[in-house]
Amino acid sequence: MITTVPMLQETRAALAAARERQSVRILVCTGTGCAANGAAAVYAALEGAISAHGGGVDIARSGDHDAQNGHHVVSTGCRGLCAAGPLVHIEPSGVLYTHVTPDDADEIVAATLRGEVVHRLVYRDPATGEAYDHAEESPFYRRQVRQVLAHCGNMDPESIEEYISLGGYAGLAKAVSEMTPEQVCEQVLASKLRGRGGAGFPAGLKWNLTRVQPATPKYVVCNGDEGDPGAFMNRSLMEGDPHRVLEGMMIAGYAIGASEGVFYVRAEYPLAVRRLRLAIAAAEEMGLLGDDILGSGFSFHARIKEGAGAFVCGEETALLASAEGKRGMPRSKPPYPASQGLYGQPTVINNVETLGNVPEIIVRGAEWFRSLGTERSAGTKTFALTGKVVNAGLVEIPMGFTLRDMIFEIGGGVPNGKRFKAVQIGGPSGGCLPESQLDLPMDYDTLQAAGAMVGSGGLVVIDEDNCIVEFARYFMQFIQNESCGKCVACREGTKQMLALLQKIVDGQGTLDDIALLEELGNVVKDASLCMLGKTAANPVLSTLRYFRDEYEAHVRDRVCPAHACQAFRRFTINPDKCVGCSRCAKACPAGAISGTIKSPFVIDQEQCVRCGACVEVCRLGAVEEN
Amino acid sequence: MDTSTATTRNTANRLVEVEEILARRGRTPTELIGVLQDIQERWHYLPEDALNYVATTLGMSVNTVFGVATFYAQFSLEPKGKYLVRICDGTACHVKGSTPIYEAMKKKLDLRDGRVTTADGLFTLETVACVGACGIAPVMVINDQVHSQLTPEAAEMIIDTLMAREQDGAESSDEVEPR
Repeated sequence: MITTVPMLQETRAALAAARERQSVRILVCTGTGCAANGAAAVYAALEGAISAHGGGVDIARSGDHDAQNGHHVVSTGCRGLCAAGPLVHIEPSGVLYTHVTPDDADEIVAATLRGEVVHRLVYRDPATGEAYDHAEESPFYRRQVRQVLAHCGNMDPESIEEYISLGGYAGLAKAVSEMTPEQVCEQVLASKLRGRGGAGFPAGLKWNLTRVQPATPKYVVCNGDEGDPGAFMNRSLMEGDPHRVLEGMMIAGYAIGASEGVFYVRAEYPLAVRRLRLAIAAAEEMGLLGDDILGSGFSFHARIKEGAGAFVCGEETALLASAEGKRGMPRSKPPYPASQGLYGQPTVINNVETLGNVPEIIVRGAEWFRSLGTERSAGTKTFALTGKVVNAGLVEIPMGFTLRDMIFEIGGGVPNGKRFKAVQIGGPSGGCLPESQLDLPMDYDTLQAAGAMVGSGGLVVIDEDNCIVEFARYFMQFIQNESCGKCVACREGTKQMLALLQKIVDGQGTLDDIALLEELGNVVKDASLCMLGKTAANPVLSTLRYFRDEYEAHVRDRVCPAHACQAFRRFTINPDKCVGCSRCAKACPAGAISGTIKSPFVIDQEQCVRCGACVEVCRLGAVEEN
Repeated sequence: MDTSTATTRNTANRLVEVEEILARRGRTPTELIGVLQDIQERWHYLPEDALNYVATTLGMSVNTVFGVATFYAQFSLEPKGKYLVRICDGTACHVKGSTPIYEAMKKKLDLRDGRVTTADGLFTLETVACVGACGIAPVMVINDQVHSQLTPEAAEMIIDTLMAREQDGAESSDEVEPR
């Protein structure tokens, strides 16, 4: 049990020294991405290999920090390069191995013990093919500033000892022993930390508004309902460094006078839930969470509420309703959660990443934090870079970085020599930006002006093969499914917008439909209660703004410029190549192909359902698509 | 044994377990979602008798409980298959071709006319908005196992493996629940 600040410092010193004594650490990423690619088997094989090789070498299981001279295999959170997993990282040499299989374990262990590198497994930049012994020097990592994600991939997230050894809970200790709640609020306000969930509201202001409420009890709620499709930053942080988020929550609790915190985590993230649960239990056992924390008189308890699969629950009032066991429907504000939140009591709701930033702001000060990022958007931001991009993964950069550098330098550009078309930023609430907007700095205000938003941080790249109208239709389908149904504008408006988009994609649209779509989009935006509805039209409006010609091509020229929409596909049989074997006619589900054996067949365009089955069965390549 | 007796006995057995869930979660309306999650986890759907019992015990109307049960995607009022196959249709998976995978699965499992569960009760096919594994898109999740960077053919092979396992299992009367 750690009951005083000096005890925490002593414990930290002892743990850090033990960590230093581990001459070699082999870190295996077991985040959701690498786990899906078989990281657990790699971990087991590495352990086995150490046993086999290690005559005289102590083998330490993760979390066992008394090992002297240990060669330590540690399972960690996400290192970011999910597409290249499973990842294995060697400390202190800093070598990163990618696409590791259990069969590689012996070779890795043998080389590592000899101080050598297994060159065939080191990270290669997929864009250039260049190999990097030290992945930090590669284009994917070298311009990243990993602050919030500093520990992700470098420690065992299931070990509170590792977190403490890296300076964990020092922010909490400083806050409760040296600062008043007012001072904590002031420091967070001065840091200009803005909400990382999307809206960008100043966190310190939110805390102050809740702190001054006379009613008790108060609550801190961590919004871990990362529902945007294409976003996994918060999942990675909860999985990779759960104690950091917990520490941030406790500091928020101290600052506003709350003694209870709730993590609301979406049910689709079972590993995040498990690791947070372990973090809470470990902190309680160590006395860092509970009554009279570090002898300060401050008491705090935390629990987890799992979401049950509703996107709208990311909206704070809907989240609160859901945390209370009800249907997750938003309500009008005011009253704001600061005065009437969970169970009608004053509540601070912060995003996972917002809370994750707090401990370092307390330890290193507001000025340090402001030195990162831009004047109005301080600090760093995590992004999930995915879609048609070479280096898909988890990225953290200072605010103000340009989209171009993000996609083409860190992301390595679009694979397979395809042309970049657009990037969707901020998920279904955000916007779709074309090439011409890529030099915009990513900060809250600039992106908003461009018709997009930082949002939670999902970046999905699409290339010339993706149809922009189909992409907008996809988001509208998502929003229409997830609309809770409370407001007419959102419930019915999204349905009508989806129908119009479907009509255009199906080749039945008119120019009037495009005008109506735009008008309806603005109505839904203006007349909806919560941010889900207010932003529902963003993907449509932003694509209309930047890719109107592509919409018009669908309705006016009856062409899908990306050749993606099935309704516009047109198949013909080249009579010079066709030998009249009748395979295509037999495969056609619509009976649209006819002809006489041994002479060229023809496709009846009226009857053709454009499935492409004929192309697949033709051995001579006589069926052509144009 | 006549059917009504069997049903009554099933209900009685079930309610004993529901009672345990309520004891563990707490008997207050604020814990309703957690209670329903445990019931869903245990039976792979929300049986009507269990919902009625929960409503009565928590002092809520059956309507309110059904309102919550039907609001969230996680809950189902129909029994789901032994293998819950979820094709991720998050943005990253979508642009990397989740639709052909879904169509291939639908065909493979012979799901027609809007049915989502196979006739033998083994497989339920769904889409999920995003599982946050975008870096390894497109993905399919079977129960809790994530399968990454799929093609329709690779997805079919995974189903083949499960089908083969089920056939072997049937011969050796394998009663183990896979999830």
